[in-house]
Amino acid sequence: MRRRATRLAGGVTLVTAAAVALSGCVASERDPEGSGEGSGKSTFVFAASADPGSLDPAFASDGESFRVARQIFEGLVGVEPGTADPAPLLAESWDISEDGLEYTFHLKEGVKFHDDTDFDAEAVCFNFDRWANWTGLAASESLSYYYTHVFGGQGDNGKYDSCEASDAATAVVTLKSPLPELVPALSLPSFSIQSPTALEEFKADEIGGAEDAPELSEYATGHPVGTGPYEFGEWKAGESVTLSAFDGYWGDFGDVQNIVFTVIAEGTARRQALEAGDIDGYDLVAPADVDALKGAGYQVLDRDPFNILYLGMNQAQKPLDDPKVRQAIAHAIDKEALVAAALPEGTEVATQFVPSTVSGYSDDVATYEFDQEKAKELLKEAGQENLEIEFNYPTDVSRPYMPDAAAIYEAISADLEEVGITVKATPEPWSPTYLDTIQGSDKHGLHLLGWTGDYNDTYNFIGTFFGSQSSEWGFDDESLFKSLGDARYAPVDEQEAQYKAANEAVMEFLPGVPLASPVPSLAFTEQVQGYPVSPVQDEVYNVITFTE
Amino acid sequence: MLRLIVQRLLLLIPLLLGLSVLLFAWVRALPGGPATALLGERATPEAVARINTLYGFDQPIHIQYFKYLGRLLTGDFGVSTRTGRPVLDEFLTRFPATIELTIVALIIAIGIGIPLGYVAARRAGSFIDHSSVVVSLIGVTVPVFFLAFILKYVFAVELGWFPSTGRQDPTMIATHPTNFYVLDGLLTGEWDAAWDALVHLILPGIALGTIPLAIVARMTRAAVSEVQNADYVRTARAKGIRPSRLRGEHILRNSMLPVLTTIGLQVGLLLSGAVLTETVFAFAGIGSFLAEAVFNADYPVMQGFVLMIAIVYALVNLLVDVSYGLIDPRLRRQQ
Repeated sequence: MRRRATRLAGGVTLVTAAAVALSGCVASERDPEGSGEGSGKSTFVFAASADPGSLDPAFASDGESFRVARQIFEGLVGVEPGTADPAPLLAESWDISEDGLEYTFHLKEGVKFHDDTDFDAEAVCFNFDRWANWTGLAASESLSYYYTHVFGGQGDNGKYDSCEASDAATAVVTLKSPLPELVPALSLPSFSIQSPTALEEFKADEIGGAEDAPELSEYATGHPVGTGPYEFGEWKAGESVTLSAFDGYWGDFGDVQNIVFTVIAEGTARRQALEAGDIDGYDLVAPADVDALKGAGYQVLDRDPFNILYLGMNQAQKPLDDPKVRQAIAHAIDKEALVAAALPEGTEVATQFVPSTVSGYSDDVATYEFDQEKAKELLKEAGQENLEIEFNYPTDVSRPYMPDAAAIYEAISADLEEVGITVKATPEPWSPTYLDTIQGSDKHGLHLLGWTGDYNDTYNFIGTFFGSQSSEWGFDDESLFKSLGDARYAPVDEQEAQYKAANEAVMEFLPGVPLASPVPSLAFTEQVQGYPVSPVQDEVYNVITFTE
Repeated sequence: MLRLIVQRLLLLIPLLLGLSVLLFAWVRALPGGPATALLGERATPEAVARINTLYGFDQPIHIQYFKYLGRLLTGDFGVSTRTGRPVLDEFLTRFPATIELTIVALIIAIGIGIPLGYVAARRAGSFIDHSSVVVSLIGVTVPVFFLAFILKYVFAVELGWFPSTGRQDPTMIATHPTNFYVLDGLLTGEWDAAWDALVHLILPGIALGTIPLAIVARMTRAAVSEVQNADYVRTARAKGIRPSRLRGEHILRNSMLPVLTTIGLQVGLLLSGAVLTETVFAFAGIGSFLAEAVFNADYPVMQGFVLMIAIVYALVNLLVDVSYGLIDPRLRRQQ
């Protein structure tokens, strides 16, 4: 015992030193260059920024849940590769009745779920009925967000009426009132068709926990079953989700037989994991890292923009209710310079509140070219030559449309100061107060915010912003709200024209200044080929191949 | 001895009760709430109101507290608003990771700190002594996250000797009966999995262990310096006792009491340091989860995790007190 204390200490030191030294040998085994796997590689390791919220996509609305869900599940409607446009997937085609109330989906045949259940019209109707019949916690907005938003809610509140399986390969969905955005909306993972057998067996709709603390179902934590190319393997909370190729998949496979989504919350840590050879790729590349990654031989892929960054103007704060003042602000901002200074390479300058990939995008909207003399003149006409305005912007946040809010604020406020406007900066932390200030109160003047679209539908952008009165914008214009509502429910073939008109009306009214659509980037090792970049993130890994 | 343990455990009750009140008040005093974190950019006021009703955030605060306390007493720490899983489950899943990391950090701190402090004191004024002072100063002053970041950049990214993130290679197929990954590998005979988990612990372990190492080294140096000049040491030496016995039994053992206290206190520091280290290394322990809970206004997790960390901290210090008796026979007799 006596001498043991010193010996033990010495021994521990030795063991530690030995471990440090020996790890060098292990490291060489996991060195990507030295792996010698070449095209024999079959596992794709992708760094996610968080765990999925739920493995049941019907109860999810976050990007990380959708990323996993798109590998496991398929919906009736997919997306044309590389675009935001809807395309056939589990439904090979569909017919819409004249009155827009009846959707007949002609289903792909010979498709199986991972648990060997047949995919057929019964399964489709089972899913529609499931969504429409949720009650209590399951029907709350935090869980069934997309169903609530698209269909307007459950039971009598909703637009869904019924679903009939007229034969195994034909499902007829009937609505109570028209819902022209239904087809693009069905491309969301929330509307994936899931195996009825598994949903029942693992009690997908039993939201456990107390009234004030909803708890995920057994299905949503460990038994998701779809028709997609990959079946669920394991979810180690906080660490990884593992998937493997489904033998009975109807489509083709590239080289990826296994997918590992490893959770790395911090952006720099994701980049370093790529550089250290621990992962094959990651999403949400910081704009500042793009050049360095490209220089070091990594691939940086840009998604087409499907988002919009804007400068909001709260009309409850005078004199922002004066159109001349709003126009002056629009003319004062040099958007090109803003993009060059504060947004990633490839960012599109915006002319309206939808990105150019959306179907209702109009080439004929009123534009407010950069002209600071004109801005000064307009301010003079409005009698606002000594204007002082509060400018709210968020801190501690990076959104796809707003990688660095402070830098964007700097660029815009410099432009405004240039035309004689005194800017009073009000930075606030994004979480938890910024959104409350902007959307829950009228105590803000100018502000930065944006939106990433859900599916290809103009209303999903401008309707979200201007569809009804809100404290973000501080105006009440019934005719604008009505015209947007009319366009939303117009017959499908008239919709595009109506949405173009709506975009033109909004830009005439100028409630805010659309600034830009930044492109979100992904980074990969050189080995990864054919990653299916999609503006709406409809990226399924069965098409990926690996080079030597 | 048993009386001491029972006494200390009973003292834990008012401590935890007080802490639960403080935590509850503090978390509720934060502006905003989980509703916006849950619903994102376009939450309608109605949706926010529905969420607040759902989670009971619209009730008077004392009612909320007593409901919370009532559930705590039945072992129900609530459900994470972010992950929809019970807080206790989340804690138990992740705590083994943090324990493993803490053990490695402690091994580094004690294994290097005590010998370093001892040698520095025995050779006061020598080169080793001076360098130990410099090393411990650096250890205490460099922020954990900075050290973690530098270690990762040099040894994982640039040199590629160690993995940069996680607890185990994500492509490794391994079974985890206990969630202590190194132990799991040893239990199941998956040697490569155990080794891989160990390798993943080294960089974060060094980052986390450096501050305690510095403190332990300084404390050992001070204690040994004092003891080695004590009368009984001189007497023992005069009696011609063997030098090794003098070092082990008379000097080192008698200097360990203050060092042991320090180590107990360091465990608390390690648990808090884990928040930063685990975040940098994307290490799925309680620290990184707590950090994310704060960013997402996940009240139940913030309250539950801090409370559970406090319990662990109190128990570790009780353990340290008990172990005094093992080192110092006088204390053993008193009890």
